[in-house]
Amino acid sequence: MECVFGLVGKGFALVVADASAVHSILLHKSNEDKIMILDSHKLMGASGEAGDRAQFTEYIQKNVALYQFRNGIPLTTAAAANFTRGELATALRKSPYFVNIILAGYDKETGPSLYYIDYIASMHKVDKAAFGYGSYFSLAMMDRHYHSNMTLEEAIDLVDKCIIEIRSRLVVAPPNFIIKIVDQDGAREYGWRKSINDDHISAA
Amino acid sequence: MARYDRAITVFSPDGHLFQVEYALEAVRKGNAAVGVRGTDTIVLGVEKKSTAKLQDSRSVRKIVNLDNHIALACAGLKADARVLINRARIECQSHRLTVEDPVTVEYITRYIAGLQQKYTQSGGVRPFGLSTLIVGFDPYTGIPSLYQTDPSGTFSAWKANATGRNSNSMREFLEKNYKETSGKETVKLAIRALLEVVESGGKNIEVAVMTKDHGLRQLDEAEIDAVVAEIEAEKAAAEAAKKGPPKET
Repeated sequence: MECVFGLVGKGFALVVADASAVHSILLHKSNEDKIMILDSHKLMGASGEAGDRAQFTEYIQKNVALYQFRNGIPLTTAAAANFTRGELATALRKSPYFVNIILAGYDKETGPSLYYIDYIASMHKVDKAAFGYGSYFSLAMMDRHYHSNMTLEEAIDLVDKCIIEIRSRLVVAPPNFIIKIVDQDGAREYGWRKSINDDHISAA
Repeated sequence: MARYDRAITVFSPDGHLFQVEYALEAVRKGNAAVGVRGTDTIVLGVEKKSTAKLQDSRSVRKIVNLDNHIALACAGLKADARVLINRARIECQSHRLTVEDPVTVEYITRYIAGLQQKYTQSGGVRPFGLSTLIVGFDPYTGIPSLYQTDPSGTFSAWKANATGRNSNSMREFLEKNYKETSGKETVKLAIRALLEVVESGGKNIEVAVMTKDHGLRQLDEAEIDAVVAEIEAEKAAAEAAKKGPPKET
């Protein structure tokens, strides 16, 4: 039921994730942030086993930070993606992580990029990607409307189209979504799309 | 005494651990390093022994970041320092991962000192030949701290300290001249202490300033030269003031 998707625009990349924390039939909260900010210019949207998701993304985040301290310069997006894939691959034949990842980053030399990394450690560099049941709808929507070098307005419009499609067609559609963006000014939250408001409950 | 300085696990009859003392000798031969704690600024300064003409000086950084809010300078065996710094950096991230909190300066100092002590009580290894000056701001209270560790594994907090070559002269100078400072004054005090034992000039010292908001910032040669010039001008003015009045009798 988790929906994570992302796309690359002109000088930026977006990652969108649903905000539901679900256990069986119970919805714990609907303002869960599933897009981790790895460093100043990288985003990692993750879906899958809740414990693995938090544990694995935090582990990657701390290793990305360690690299920067050791070497004085940050990892490129490609390097971070390959490192992540490597960790998933190593764990695969021992005790696999059930986490699907969409990694978006901005490098000064190469611009924005997006990586699709699934839980069995396959990795693809792509312009648009999606995970979960929502992918049936968001990927179809993006295939129809996406073109390279979209402006931010066009891209957000496409994201909203995907969210509307998920909400109207997925039987247990997540009520809320979070959108994060990464561009030359860094990685940051762009906004929320909420149909249930539980803001008075503080987000972890 | 010769029989008691081989394996470091052995005490000498009069209670010395010779390997540890020899490690302290190695520290005394290392470059001078000074640390000064101000109210809102902490300064680390290290003597730069003459760099070879063909060497890229940017690859020889003596003051390093352990985390966003912690920095370290050391005196002694640089190769040992690399190992210790690497372990400390891993520990900083590991701490953040397990308890979701950045380390305090005291925690990481205790960790480094603990590591140094372990190597004084193991078979077949020698102690790390370096003393470190560790500075940082507490991540929540914002209080600045300066700690020193040595090869024996002891550590303590200081308002200002020096280690390495001629550390005694620098420490004496600091004891005489220390007062609560902030901002640029802290930088000046640290550089003045270093200049007691180092040939003056931006080429011979490396200085880094840590503030709560901006983390660690290495001063470039021009900035150091500017402060050195100020210090020399102040010294000259003080000398002139001393010599001046007696002539007017």
